[in-house]
Amino acid sequence: MPTVAMTVNAKSVSGEVETRTLLVEFVRDQLRLTGTHVGCDTSQCGACVVHVDGRAVKSCTMLAVQCDGASVTTIEGLAANGELHPMQAAFREHHGLQCGFCTPGMIMSAVDIVNRLGVPSEETIREELEGNICRCTGYHNIVKAIGAGARVMNGGT
Amino acid sequence: MTATGIGAAVPRKEDKRFITGAGHYTDDMNRPGQAYAYFVRSPYAHAWVKGIDARSALAVDGVLSVLTGENLAADSIGGLPAGWAITSKDGSPMVTPPHPCLAQGKVRYVGDPVAVVIAETQKAARDGGDALSVDYEILDAVTETGQAQTASVRVHDEAPRNTAFEWEIGDKAATDAAFAAAKHVTTIDIVNNRLVPNAIEPRAALGEFDPGTDSFTLYTTSQNPHVARLVMSAFLNIAPEHKLRVIAPDVGGGFGSKIYVYPEETVCVWASRKVGRPVKWTAERSESFLSDAHGRDHITHAELALDERGKFLGFRVKTVANLGGYASLFATGVPTYLYATLLSGQYDIPAIHAEVDAVYTNTTPVDAYRGAGRPEATFVIERIVEVAAREMGVDPATLRKRNFVKKFPHQTPVIMLYDAGDYGASLAKAMELIDYKGFAKRRRKSAKNGKLRGIGFSTYIEACGIAPSQAVGSLGAGVGLWESAEVRVNPTGNVEVLTGSHSHGQGHETTFAQLVSDRLGIPIDQVEIVHGDTDKVQFGMGTYGSRSGAVGMSAIDRALDKVIDKAKKVASHLMEADPGDIEFKEGSFTVAGTDKSMAWAEVSLNAYTAHGISTAELEPGLKEGAFYDPTNFTFPAGCHICEVEIDEDTGVTEIVDYVAVDDFGTVINPMIVEGQVHGGVAQGVGQALIENAVYDESGQLVSGSYMDYGMPRADDLPSFRLGFTMTECPSNPLGIKGCGEAGAIAAPAAVINAITDALGHEDISMPATPQKVWQAVRSHRFAEAAE
Amino acid sequence: MYAFDYHRPSSVRQAANMLKSNGEAKLLAGGQTLIPTLKQRLAAPEVLIDLNGVEGLDVIELKGRTLHVGAMARHADVANSEVVKEAIPALAALAEGIGDPHVRHCGTIGGSVANNDPAADYPAALLALGATIHTNERKIGADEFFTGMFETALEDGEIITKITFPVPRRAAYSKFPNPASRYALVGVFVSKRGSEIRVAVTGAGADGVFRLPGFEDALSKRFAAKSLDGLTVDADDLNGDIHASAEYRAHLIGVMAKRAVAAA
Repeated sequence: MPTVAMTVNAKSVSGEVETRTLLVEFVRDQLRLTGTHVGCDTSQCGACVVHVDGRAVKSCTMLAVQCDGASVTTIEGLAANGELHPMQAAFREHHGLQCGFCTPGMIMSAVDIVNRLGVPSEETIREELEGNICRCTGYHNIVKAIGAGARVMNGGT
Repeated sequence: MTATGIGAAVPRKEDKRFITGAGHYTDDMNRPGQAYAYFVRSPYAHAWVKGIDARSALAVDGVLSVLTGENLAADSIGGLPAGWAITSKDGSPMVTPPHPCLAQGKVRYVGDPVAVVIAETQKAARDGGDALSVDYEILDAVTETGQAQTASVRVHDEAPRNTAFEWEIGDKAATDAAFAAAKHVTTIDIVNNRLVPNAIEPRAALGEFDPGTDSFTLYTTSQNPHVARLVMSAFLNIAPEHKLRVIAPDVGGGFGSKIYVYPEETVCVWASRKVGRPVKWTAERSESFLSDAHGRDHITHAELALDERGKFLGFRVKTVANLGGYASLFATGVPTYLYATLLSGQYDIPAIHAEVDAVYTNTTPVDAYRGAGRPEATFVIERIVEVAAREMGVDPATLRKRNFVKKFPHQTPVIMLYDAGDYGASLAKAMELIDYKGFAKRRRKSAKNGKLRGIGFSTYIEACGIAPSQAVGSLGAGVGLWESAEVRVNPTGNVEVLTGSHSHGQGHETTFAQLVSDRLGIPIDQVEIVHGDTDKVQFGMGTYGSRSGAVGMSAIDRALDKVIDKAKKVASHLMEADPGDIEFKEGSFTVAGTDKSMAWAEVSLNAYTAHGISTAELEPGLKEGAFYDPTNFTFPAGCHICEVEIDEDTGVTEIVDYVAVDDFGTVINPMIVEGQVHGGVAQGVGQALIENAVYDESGQLVSGSYMDYGMPRADDLPSFRLGFTMTECPSNPLGIKGCGEAGAIAAPAAVINAITDALGHEDISMPATPQKVWQAVRSHRFAEAAE
Repeated sequence: MYAFDYHRPSSVRQAANMLKSNGEAKLLAGGQTLIPTLKQRLAAPEVLIDLNGVEGLDVIELKGRTLHVGAMARHADVANSEVVKEAIPALAALAEGIGDPHVRHCGTIGGSVANNDPAADYPAALLALGATIHTNERKIGADEFFTGMFETALEDGEIITKITFPVPRRAAYSKFPNPASRYALVGVFVSKRGSEIRVAVTGAGADGVFRLPGFEDALSKRFAAKSLDGLTVDADDLNGDIHASAEYRAHLIGVMAKRAVAAA
C-alpha cells in the first residue's frame, strides 16, 4: 500500500492507504477527524467539503493519494487558538444549523465563498451553495449567516 | 422573561460541537475489533430467492461471515412489526404479513435485504457482497398505487387485491344527505407524490455484544431509542430489554425516517454475537434511497358540497394509500388516524365521510415523513376549497373565512376536538404581510414581463403533540404516547435533565434548558439535557409528531414542579418556617412576610448534606421524575400564502414570495421555531415543485440519487417571511402546540394553489416540474384556441 | 470502488507510455466524473494514471486570434481567467456555470471533453466555436471529435493536451439545468465568427452534442433571436427521461437558442 504524507490543519501527517482510499476516508478513518461528513455517494451533497491547497473541494471526490504533499484544512482546523472562526460564530449567531450534519461542509464552503468573492449578495450566496445540500434549515438562516460571516471576515461587524 | 428563559431567542448550546466538527454521530463511533456489515439487496422488485451461494463471498480476503434469513429464522429472530392496528369497515383486522429482516423466500422491493456480509473492512464487506451469488426467479411487479388492487401480481399471498385494509371514518349517511341538499359540488382528483426523506446523515448502526454480561449495546441513528429497544426486545427477540442498551447519539436529521426499527440495526446487534465482534454499518446514500421508509404516496378523489352562499355542507373523500412492500412500524396509522381525522381542516363541516384503502406494492415501505398524514389531508382540503372558491367566483380568502371554525372547543365529525385557535387572525395577518390587496397590480407587472403570476393560500391545521395514550390506544396504537423526564439537581445547584425526547436538530439542549432556567432562575449553562441513551434515561417515547415541546417539556415542567416543591420543604427546614410560607422566585427562597431568604444553590447543597433537615420527615437529596400524558392532541394552525411567477417559455416556477403566519401557542425560543418553519416549508416546496420518487414498471427506483431526485437547494428557495399569532394551548401546562411539521404540512397546497392561479386552470399534479408546468400552459392554450 | 494501481507521471510522454502498456488504464484529470463512477463501481480500471503531476498542462493564453486552454485548466480557472473573459466571455460564463464551486475547483476542460457526457457543457462550446482538440499525437477538429454519447475520436493511448478556440465576434451559451442534477437538460451555444454561424446543442441529443444547421442558416441571414421564430427541432433524435420528454427538450432548444442569440 502506498504511503501518503500531507499537512492537515497545519500538522504533518502520513499514513498507508489503499490507492482507492478517498481523502474523506483518510481524514475520518485514519486521522480520526470525524467532523468531515459523508452525506451522499454521487458527489453532490457537500457535507465532505474541505480545503485542499486553499480551495474548497469535495473530499469524497478526491483520492487520498492525489493529496500527497498537499495542505488540507478541515472543519477542525478552522478555529484558531480556541477562537471560533467568524464564519463559525455567524452560523451559531444566526441559527444556520439544526442537525449539524451538513454544517462542516457548509461552513468550509462558506469560508471559500468569502475568500473568493468578498461580501456576496444573497442571490450570489444561494447560487454558490449549489454544491451543499441541507435538509433542515431551508437555507434561510444559512444564507443569512454567510452574509454576516462575510461582513466580519471583511473587517465589518 | 429572563435573558435565557421562555421566549428568549437564545443561541443554541449544542452548536459549539457542530460548528467545530466535534459532534458525535453514529458513524463517528468506533469500537475495538470492529467489523463491518454490507447488506446485499435485491436488484429486483419482486422475485423468489431460489438460493444463496456464499462460497465466493467467503473467499474474498477479509470476509468473516455471510448471514441470511435462514440464520435469522434458526435463531428465532422475529420479523418487523406493524405497530398500529387498523380495522376494516367490514370488521376484519388489517392484513400485515411477516416482514423478516433478511428475505425469507421472497423479495418484495428493490433494496429488500437478502443477506449481510461481515468483513474486516468496509471495502472487503462490499467486495464480498459483490461476490455473493444469489439465484432469483424474477416475478412481475406492481408499483403504482392506483393499480395495486386490480393487478394480477400478488405481493403477499395473505393479502388479496394487495389490500391491507379498507377503512372508513365519519358518517356516510349524513354526508350523502348533505350532498343531496347541495347547491354546488366541487370535485378533485389528486395525487400526493411519494417522497424520500433524505435526512443528510445516512442511517447507521454499530452493534456490540459483551459476553461477560450477556448484554448488547447498539449505537444507532434513532429518533426514539427506547422504542427501538422495546421493539427489538418484544417483537424481534434480539435480547431482553435489560440486556440491550440503545444509544442514539448526535443524529443528523430524521423527519420521521429514523423513527422505525429497520432490518439493518437489528442485524448488526444480532450479528455482533454471531461473529464475536462489534459490527458497524453505514448506509450509502443510494441505499438510503432504497431502504429508508418513504413518505406520502396517496391518490385521492374528493368532493365538497356547498350551499348557495358557499357554506360547506359535506365532504367526501376516497383515498388509496401505498404502504410499499411491507407495513412499516407506524405505516398503517399514517393514512388513517393521522390523515382522515384532519380532513375537516380549519372549517366547520357538518358531515364528513372518508374511506381509505391501504395497498401493498413492490416498492420501498412507506411510513411517517414530516407531517405524516396531515400534509396529505391539508393538500386535499386546501386544494378543494381553493377550487371551490374559483368555481363559485368567490375570493378564496372570503370562502375560507365564511367557513372557519370560530367557537372553541369544536368537535369535528372526524374525532378531533379542536381546543383553541383563531384562524381569522392568522389569515388576516398573512394577507397583510403579503399585501394581498396589491396582488392584482403585481400580476399586471409580471404580465408585462411575460410572466404568469399567481397567489395561493393554505390555511392548515394539524394535530400534534401526540397524544393522549388512552385516545391513541382506543384507535389501535400499540404504545402509549406520554413522555418522561427526570430532573436531577446536583449539590452545587446545577441541573441535569433526563428526557425521553430525542433531538436530531430541534435544539432541545437549548429550549429544554430555557424552561429549567426560567423556572429555577439559574443560567442555561448550569443545565445539561441528557437524552438518547436507554441506560441513562429510564424510558421515553421519542421525538416525532411535533411532540417534544408539548409533551416532552410538559413532563420536564411536571418534574420541576416536584423539585421546587421538595426544595421548598428543604428550605422550610433550614429557615425553620412552615413549607406553605416558602416562596420561590428567580432562584431565591424567601419566607413570606420576612427578610429571610436562601439562594437556590444553598438549598440544593443542604438537600444533600442533610445537616439542617430533619430526615425523619424529609428525605435527603433533590431529584424528581414525572411521566406526562397530555389531555388532548394540540392543534397548531395558521395561514401560508405563496406567490409564484411562471416563465411560460420554459415552465419554470419561481417562488417570488412566501409568507407563513403560524399559531404554535407558547413559543420557547423564537429563533429555533422560525428555523423549524423555514425547514418545513422548504420540504413542502420541494414536494410541490421537484421532489418525486419515481418507479418504472419493473419496480426500479428511477430517482434513486441526487442526480434524479430533486433535492431543494439554496437557489430553489426564497427567503421566507414569517409572522406569528398566539392562542394558548389549553391541554398542556406550558400552552405549547408544536412547530416541527407545520411548514411541510402547509406549503404544498399554498404552492400548487398559486401555480393553478397563475395557470388559470387546475390541471397540474405534484411535483409541478418545469416540464409539467410547460405542458399545463400549452395544453390549456391549445384548448382555448380550439374553443 | 474496486482496487486499482495508481501512477502519477510527470510528463505527457510518460503518461502516454503508461496508458499504452496498461490495457485497462484510465486517465485521472479532475476526477469529478471518474471518481463518482468508480465509487458506484460502474467502472473497474486496473490502473489510474493521474495527470495532476504533469506540469504545464493548465496554461491559458491568447495567441493572435486563437485562445489556447490547457487540458488540465480547471473550470474555475477558465471562469476567472482575464484572458478568457476578454477573448471569449461566453466560454468563461459557461465554465462558471458548470457544476458547483467544488467541482469547478477540480474539474478540467480536458476531462470534460474526453468524457463527452451528453449533458456536459463544454462539448457545446467546442462544437459551436469550431475548436480544435490537441492531443499528444494530432489535432482533431471538434466536428470530428464528438462521435456519440461518451464517445470521442480519441484513440487508445491518446491524451488531450489543450484545446484551441478561434475567437468569435459574438457568442453565448444558454443552459436549462436539470432540476435535480443541475446538468444541462438542454444547453445551446451559439457563435458568429465572420460569416460562419454555429449553433451547438448539449443535454438533448441521444448521441450527445450536435449542431443545428437549420438554426445556423436562419441566423446567417440575420443574427437575431427573431430569425429563429417558427423554427422547430425534430424530437425524434432527442433524449427523453423522467425530467424532460424529447418533445419538451425540442421546445427548450428553441427557447435556449433564442436566449443565447439575444445574449451574444
